[in-house]
Amino acid sequence: MSALQIKKGSSKHSAYNLRPTFSDVQEAHTITVLVENEPGVLARVIGLFSGRGYNIDSLTVAEVDHEGHLSRITIVTTGTPQVIEQIKAQLGRIVSVRDVHDLTAEGSSVERELALMKVNGSGDKRVEALRLADIFRAQVVDSTLESFIFQLTGAPDKIDAFADLMRPLGLVQVARTGVAALSRGTS
Amino acid sequence: MVVQALKDQGVDTVFGYPGGAVLPIYDEIFQQNDIQHILVRHEQAAVHAAEGYARSTGKVGVALVTSGPGATNAVTGLTDALMDSIPIVVLSGQVPTFMIGSDAFQEADTVGITRPCTKHNWLVKDTADLSSVIHQAFHVAASGRPGPVLIDIPKDVQFASSEYTPKPKAPVGHYQPQVKGDMETITALVEAIETAERPIFYTGGGVINSGPAASQLLRELVEATGIPITSTLMGLGAYPASGKNWLGMLGMHGLYEANLAMHGCDLMINIGARFDDRITGRLDAFSPKSKKAHIDIDPSSINKVIKTDLPIVGDVGHVLEDMLKVWKARGRKVNREALAKWWRQIDEWKQVKCLTYKNSETTIKPQYALERLEALTKGRDRYITTEVGQHQMWAAQFLGFEDPNRWMTSGGLGTMGYGFPSSVGVQVAHPEALVINVAGEASWLMNMQEMGTAVQYRLPVKQFILNNERLGMVRQWQQLLHGERYSSSWSEALPDFVKLAEAFGAKGIICKDPADLDDAIMEMLNHDGPVIFDCLVEKHENCFPMIPSGEPHNKMLLGDAKATNAIAGKGAVLV
Repeated sequence: MSALQIKKGSSKHSAYNLRPTFSDVQEAHTITVLVENEPGVLARVIGLFSGRGYNIDSLTVAEVDHEGHLSRITIVTTGTPQVIEQIKAQLGRIVSVRDVHDLTAEGSSVERELALMKVNGSGDKRVEALRLADIFRAQVVDSTLESFIFQLTGAPDKIDAFADLMRPLGLVQVARTGVAALSRGTS
Repeated sequence: MVVQALKDQGVDTVFGYPGGAVLPIYDEIFQQNDIQHILVRHEQAAVHAAEGYARSTGKVGVALVTSGPGATNAVTGLTDALMDSIPIVVLSGQVPTFMIGSDAFQEADTVGITRPCTKHNWLVKDTADLSSVIHQAFHVAASGRPGPVLIDIPKDVQFASSEYTPKPKAPVGHYQPQVKGDMETITALVEAIETAERPIFYTGGGVINSGPAASQLLRELVEATGIPITSTLMGLGAYPASGKNWLGMLGMHGLYEANLAMHGCDLMINIGARFDDRITGRLDAFSPKSKKAHIDIDPSSINKVIKTDLPIVGDVGHVLEDMLKVWKARGRKVNREALAKWWRQIDEWKQVKCLTYKNSETTIKPQYALERLEALTKGRDRYITTEVGQHQMWAAQFLGFEDPNRWMTSGGLGTMGYGFPSSVGVQVAHPEALVINVAGEASWLMNMQEMGTAVQYRLPVKQFILNNERLGMVRQWQQLLHGERYSSSWSEALPDFVKLAEAFGAKGIICKDPADLDDAIMEMLNHDGPVIFDCLVEKHENCFPMIPSGEPHNKMLLGDAKATNAIAGKGAVLV
C-alpha cells in the first residue's frame, strides 16, 4: 500500500539511514586524555562513550598533577577510523578536557598494564605455573600450599598470553588495571 | 551574590519558578530592580522562554528553577538548547550540601541528570566559588559552539556570604575555542569557488549564532559571487528571503530547487550547518559529485556523517571575513559562464513550483493561511516562533525571513510545546515588536499554561494556531508509511480556544472561512494584547515537497494534485 518506493536495505519506518560512507575496518586505538580533576569528570568521559555508542576496551584514571588538578585518563577503544576521529573530537569538546592524544596514531608509545592472577593447583601443574611465571617475570605476591597470586606487568598482549597459559594450570581469578600509556621520546 | 554576578554579566531578565531550594535567590531578586523576573507557569517553559530570549537577542538567556522537579522539568529545554546550540544559563536550587545524597525532599542528582544535556554543568559546594563559576558559566555558554549550561546551587551555599569575585576582563580558564580558520584551507576554498561550475552555499544556524556581522558578511559574499544559497531550518534569515540568490530552505521538506541544486552541485560550501539527517537524506547518495567544504566552530561536526574535502574549524564570522579578503585580493574571480548555465538549470527547477497547493474556497488551507499571514505582516519587523510539526514546515516554506534572529524554532530536538514559551521570551526581549507563534493545536496544548504568563505580563503574543484536529505530521507519516492506520493521531476533546482565551483574560478569535481570514488576521494584529487565533484548517493536508525516508535529494515527492496519486497508491511521483 505504501506509495513510497523505498529501496531494499533502507529503513522503511524511519528517516534515519545512516549507512556508513566511511571505511568499516575496526581499529584499536589508545587515547590519552588530560582532564581537570573535578567531581564528575570521569562520568562526563564515560557518559560520552555510552551515550554515543562507542566501545571502551579498557580505561584507567588517576591524578597525575596534584597542584595543577590534572588527571590522566587512558582509554583503549575500538572503532572505524571515522569513529576514532569522532571520539577524539567529542572528547575535545568536553569543557573539562585539556588535551586529547591518540597514541596509536601519533607514532610509537609505551603501553603497560598490571595484572594479578590467582592460580590454584598442586603437583606438576603448580610447578609448571611457577616455571612459566619465571619466564614471564611475574612475581609471586601471595602463596598458600595450593595457590599462588602472580603479579605481572607488561603490554596487554603479554598479559593475555600469560593468562592463556595459566588457564589450564588452574587460573581462577584475574584482576587487571587497564592500560597506562605514554608516547615515546621527548614530546 | 548570584544577582550581583548576573548583573555584572549584563542580565536584565530571568525566567523562573520559585521553590524551597531557591528562596534565598528569590529573596535577593525581590530586593532589587535591575533584573526583572518573569514568572512562568512551568519550568520547561522557563527554559524555552530563555531560549527565545537568547535566539532573538544574541545574548545569553537565563532561567532559574528549584531543586528536584524544578530541575527535571528543565531537562527538555536544556536538551533542546543543546541540540540547537542556544546559549542559556540555568540556575537550579539544590538541597543543602549536608543533605545531598540523603534522598531529601525535592532532591535530585541534577548535575548527574543534566550532564548529557548541557554543554557543561557545575555543582557549587562553596560560596567562595559561586561568583567565579557564574562568570565562567556565561563564558562557556556563549563562546565556541554556544549551548546550555547549568549551575546547581545548594541552599546553604546561597545563604552563606563570601567575597565576591568580579567579572574577569578577559575570559579566564582553559576553555578558549578556536575562532580563526586555517588560512591555507580558506585559500583552497576560494580557489575552488573561482573555478566551480555548479557551486552552492548551504548555510545553517551557525551563521545566526556567530552574530549579525556574520550574516552581513554572508550577504556580501553571496551577492558578490552570484552563487546560489540555501539554508537549513535553523539558518533562515541569515540571507534574506527576498535576496536574488535565495533558493529557499533545503531538506526533508525543503524546496525542490534547493534540494536538486544540492544534489547536482560540484562545490558545496557548508557554513555553520551540521549535515543533519533531515538535510542529507540517504547518505550514500548525498550530493555524490560535489567537493565539500565545511566551516564549523565545532571540530566534532566535521566528518561526523559526511566526508569533507575542505574542513575549516573556526567561527563563521571570522572565516567569512577571511574568505572575502582572500577572494577580493585574488581578483574577485568566479566561473561566470558556468555559473550562468547553473542558474539556468536552477531556474528550470524553480519552474516546477514545488510549493503549489490546491486552494479551496470553502476550507482554509494551512498554506493559504500562512500566505495571508505573510502578506499581511510584510514589512513589519516580525518575530516568528513555531511549535513542531507540519505547521512548522509550512511556516518555514511560506514565511520569508529578511533578517537573522527573527525565527525561533526547535530544530534538532523537535520539541512540541517549544513555540509558545519561546514567543513569551521573545516578546519580553522585544516588548514593542510583533511576535507570532505559528502553532498546531496539539503542540500548543503542551505548554498552554503559559497563557497565564502572557496575560500577567501583558505580553501581546499572537498564538496563530493552525487547527486541523490532528497530529498532522504523525498522521501524514501514518498515511504514507503505515497503511493509513491512524493510531492515536487525532486531537479529540479539544477545548474551545476562544473560551479558553477568555478564561485567561485574553482575546480569542476563531476563523474557518477563507473569505474571513484576512479580516480575522488583521483583528489579531491590531489587538493590543495576547490573542489565541483558532484557525480551522483542512484536516488532511499533507506537507510537501518531501524527501521520503531513505531517499536522496533528487527523489522528492511533490505536493498538490500529484500527491493525491501518492496517497492513493497509484504510483508516487518520484522526480
